[in-house]
Amino acid sequence: MPPITKPKLAVWKFSSCDGCQLALLDCEDELLAVADAVEIAYFLEATRAEISGPYDISIVEGSITTEDEAHRIQRIRASSKILIAIGACATAGGIQGLKNNREVRELVDKVYAHPEFISSLATSTPVADHVQVDFELRGCPIDKYQLLEALNALLNGRRPNVPTHSQCMACKMAGHVCVTVAHGTACLGPVTQAGCGAICPEFSRGCYGCFGPADAPNTRSLSARFEALGLKGEDISRLFRMFCSAAPAFDGEARNHE
Amino acid sequence: MSEALSDAKAKSPKYALNRAMLGELIELLSKEGHQLIGPQREDGTIVLNPITSLEDLPVGLEDEQDSGRYRLKSIAPDDARADSLFQTTVGPQSWRRYLFPPRQTLWKARRNGAGWEIDADAEATPKYAFIGVRSCDLTAIAVQARVYDNGDYTDPGFTARLGAAFIIAVNCTRAADTCFCASMDAGPAAREGYDIALTELAAPGGEVWFVAEVGSRRGADLLEAVGAGPAGAELVAAGEAAVAATARAMTRSIPADAAALLQRNPEHPHWADIAARCLGCANCTMVCPTCFCSTMEDVTSLDGQEAARLRHWDSCFSLDYSYIHGGPVRRDVKSRCRQWMTHKLSSWHEQFGTSGCTGCGRCITWCPVGIDITEEIAAFAKYQTTEIREEA
Ligand code: SF4
Ligand code: SF4
Ligand code: SF4
Ligand code: SF4
Repeated sequence: MPPITKPKLAVWKFSSCDGCQLALLDCEDELLAVADAVEIAYFLEATRAEISGPYDISIVEGSITTEDEAHRIQRIRASSKILIAIGACATAGGIQGLKNNREVRELVDKVYAHPEFISSLATSTPVADHVQVDFELRGCPIDKYQLLEALNALLNGRRPNVPTHSQCMACKMAGHVCVTVAHGTACLGPVTQAGCGAICPEFSRGCYGCFGPADAPNTRSLSARFEALGLKGEDISRLFRMFCSAAPAFDGEARNHE
Repeated sequence: MSEALSDAKAKSPKYALNRAMLGELIELLSKEGHQLIGPQREDGTIVLNPITSLEDLPVGLEDEQDSGRYRLKSIAPDDARADSLFQTTVGPQSWRRYLFPPRQTLWKARRNGAGWEIDADAEATPKYAFIGVRSCDLTAIAVQARVYDNGDYTDPGFTARLGAAFIIAVNCTRAADTCFCASMDAGPAAREGYDIALTELAAPGGEVWFVAEVGSRRGADLLEAVGAGPAGAELVAAGEAAVAATARAMTRSIPADAAALLQRNPEHPHWADIAARCLGCANCTMVCPTCFCSTMEDVTSLDGQEAARLRHWDSCFSLDYSYIHGGPVRRDVKSRCRQWMTHKLSSWHEQFGTSGCTGCGRCITWCPVGIDITEEIAAFAKYQTTEIREEA
């Protein structure tokens, strides 16, 4: 891919908590260099200024949960050369993907004081279910270094170094002690894509799977191991129903235990 | 390690030293500018950390290992070994972490007009002293040395780091349940590749003594410098007996014909059985002391003025690793399992003239679902016997 000089960048928000966009603002040391390298055309978290499209790079945070969002993502795609989906919401439906297997009307009645104002789709779906996505950054939230790396790679016309291997590989390379083997703690690392540097195992917690399924995730075998560690049906399905509940591999395994 | 004592070794005397002398010895190494690396308790296991004194070693601890399970235990105070330093065997990390680090910068470059200025010496060679290298890991270092320097091609980083390192080996007087070095002819007694090899013995009162064998002139000099005297015949015999008992106590093994067995069975249905359990997580290869697979990453500064080439560990269990034009070669986990086991136990012989497995047992312990390479080989062997019987 040829490098892009001073590209026009837009950051869009869909159903999400803003945490991933904040990762960009959190790039304190690198923020000025980023601002130098790109023209920030639309980024409400950072600036009121709005420059109309088309855009060279659109970064999309959030999942599609309303009719309006389903239309808006089409318009954004049409006016963007490159579209990058960021975070568990945009890449797997996010925590709100929990509603996908439930009666949405019932949930709305329980949660909102005025349910009549709520208009929402029955499902929370990732951006790639609606439009073509050029690159995905996983995580809840994303890793700011991965975001910088993706932008950096685009600017320099090279392949981004964003691994798709298991969390365990990152965990071992970082030198963390395996919580499953040494402590008997359930960990989703073996079926989760790396990206965060295995923060949870570093602090003796099992991985919560927020970077979503790794390639060829053998969730069935891992669940058998969880059972051997003393976890029962609901405990296991809850593990898979966290940040990437709607990712097919995790959703399917959760169903096996519900 | 330092210059070997090849011919003199067989004749060289064995020394006896106590804990205080060993403490002094590593202090001398430290004063000579070596960074001491040794086993240390961390997060419920033993890792290889920079250490400053013998107090940092896992004093009075032993390990309990089984497939997919590791626990550290304190040795009972009334046990003669209660003050011992080396009663834990191998943990999840091996010395390759230091000789071939998980992430390395190979070179850096800076744009200079139309071209690039290359800084090839991105990282200086550290001078390590490895304290407590087990025989299986000495064998693994030798296996990797053959990979990284085959006569035609040399990895300068690995070779320089190994060349600068001082190695204190430890003969095992206790094996974990997962150890099977004896069947791989790789332990539990250190044979070569060390400066000093220790056998730890606990006297009935609990005082710890070491029988030291020397593998290099510098090893001998250091032992003399701390006042280690010749070891008495009784002490030497006790050490040898303890190490021999360790070998006999091992329950796991890999049969001598494993290489041929795997060669005969590339399409055996048992591979699917392993793949049904395997998570493809790559832990087995991350902990293996002989695994050498790595991949390159090119990074740039945002403004494109600086670049660097990084190398980091990779694994035959990652999909990307077998990616060539058109897609990955080993798409399913079954073919990745087969690559791993067949390479370790079979094709390594053709490639490097040795086995790729030293019997350290790490892959058995640190597999989250407890896949046991010795059991899988036994399963292939069992099918094989059944087939032969059926034919007969
Ligand atoms: S702690 Fe979790 S991520 Fe780390 S090696 Fe163990 S199972 Fe894998
Ligand atoms: S294959 Fe397993 S037992 Fe053999 S050297 Fe590697 S980690 Fe140790
Ligand atoms: S495999 Fe052998 S040499 Fe290695 S720790 Fe176990 S007993 Fe010691
Ligand atoms: S054998 Fe075990 S450690 Fe290795 S990839 Fe499979 S599940 Fe992971």
